Amino acid sequence: MDPVLLSFSSDPAAFLVVMVAKILVVFTVLMLIVAYATWCERKVIGHMQTRLGPMETGWHGLLQPIADGIKLFFKEDIIPAEASKIPFILAPIMILVPALITAAVIPFGADLTIPAKFILPFSSGLEGVSYIVPQQISELNIGILFVLAMAGLGVYGIVLAGWASNSKYSLLGGLRSSAQVISYELAAGLTLVAVFMLSESLSLRDIVALQMQPLNGVAGFLSFLPDWVPNWYVFSQPVAFVLFVICGMAEINRTPFDLPEAETELVSGFCTEYSSMKYAMFFMAEYANMVIIAAIAATLFLGGWGAPMNIAIFQAVPGAVWLLLKIFTFMFFFIWLRATWPRVRYDQLMFLGWKVFLPLALANIIVTGLVVVLLQ
Amino acid sequence: MIKEFAQGLWITFKHMLPGNSTTVQYPRVERLPTAERFRGLHRLVPAQDREKCVACYLCPTVCPAKCITVESGENEKGEKYPVVYKIDLLRCIFCGYCVEACPVEAIEMTGEYELANYSRDDFTYEKQRLLR
Repeated sequence: MDPVLLSFSSDPAAFLVVMVAKILVVFTVLMLIVAYATWCERKVIGHMQTRLGPMETGWHGLLQPIADGIKLFFKEDIIPAEASKIPFILAPIMILVPALITAAVIPFGADLTIPAKFILPFSSGLEGVSYIVPQQISELNIGILFVLAMAGLGVYGIVLAGWASNSKYSLLGGLRSSAQVISYELAAGLTLVAVFMLSESLSLRDIVALQMQPLNGVAGFLSFLPDWVPNWYVFSQPVAFVLFVICGMAEINRTPFDLPEAETELVSGFCTEYSSMKYAMFFMAEYANMVIIAAIAATLFLGGWGAPMNIAIFQAVPGAVWLLLKIFTFMFFFIWLRATWPRVRYDQLMFLGWKVFLPLALANIIVTGLVVVLLQ
Repeated sequence: MIKEFAQGLWITFKHMLPGNSTTVQYPRVERLPTAERFRGLHRLVPAQDREKCVACYLCPTVCPAKCITVESGENEKGEKYPVVYKIDLLRCIFCGYCVEACPVEAIEMTGEYELANYSRDDFTYEKQRLLR
């Protein structure tokens, strides 16, 4: 019997088992990356500032994230008397959840063919049946739109945190954040338009598949390169790639765009009034967002889980390894920027967003459209 | 502008390469040696069979913090010596005036600076603890 795509209608029980397994794996990996991203950040920034970073908890401070987690867990959870209680509790959840569920649409490998007996060892009548299981939690045909929508939802948490805290610093942090995200989401969304003008699909799975072909289409001018070079959209859309990475950093409030929590002016912005696990949730959301932006940038522009060269040895490596490598590269880059550049001023932020990135993104769409039409 | 950004990135990258850290992992891994003229814990200099100190009272006189207590006595050879010599480190400001004032170079300052202790009494250094 030919393997069939596993779906809820073809075999509900197996589908649920596989789904739960996939969700658990992705969630665990994401949380591990989040925990150790804090350690890596402190280490890398430490070394860049000719310090050592954490050294005391465990070998070279390796147990630091665990120690931090335990410490935050046992801290007193303070809710200010003047805060509105329900939104105050809701806000950290509203930041963390969109950050986590974006991971659902990111593909992390080729389709697996798994015998049904392996998924449901105790049910009968499944001899010889095998299912195709995509390595992606949910294959949405509007993947990019989902990503953009969730990125937009995340800011509600920040605004809510700022408003519910009933504190000037928090409110200013929340206001800045909403202004910033509106400005940069526009440019980030427009850069993605150029990508799916080339891919003619909004599904992240299709976009990755297209990028695994040899160079073609708009990137045809690079045909002098050897034929193992994959058709990554970073070659055909370099401007969109740079714009997306910068706007992505602004959207997740990373330095140099971390104005919502600018310590020097706003204490710590929207999370000034938060303590204990609620504060830890803001922290986790920040790093989870970083992973997600890195994963999306890798998926849209750097071939997702595809190997960097179309060579048999590289293609034999599981896709998840390549995707993680690309994510780590991006995260190192984000941390590196944080160690290097100061925060931009608020008017500079708005100037960049509206007068530089937005026109550039629009111009990129027009040029891409022209080239696509001319090539047809 | 792009050039400056890249220069900045290059500088931080160079700093990250191994061997550029300036952190001294005190006290776990290393302790830096103190300077030669560092003014740490006092030391009474011993001579052959006794301390050099002749109990002239110049050090308690010059001491701006009034932390030195000396009581003089006379030994069987008819020499003056300090029966009691106490320095209260909780009052001492480590100015080194006692060392400067001493006419016989009987007191000097060492490089020892790890002087934390658990009870107040432990900060009163008697003659026997200072003679090292």
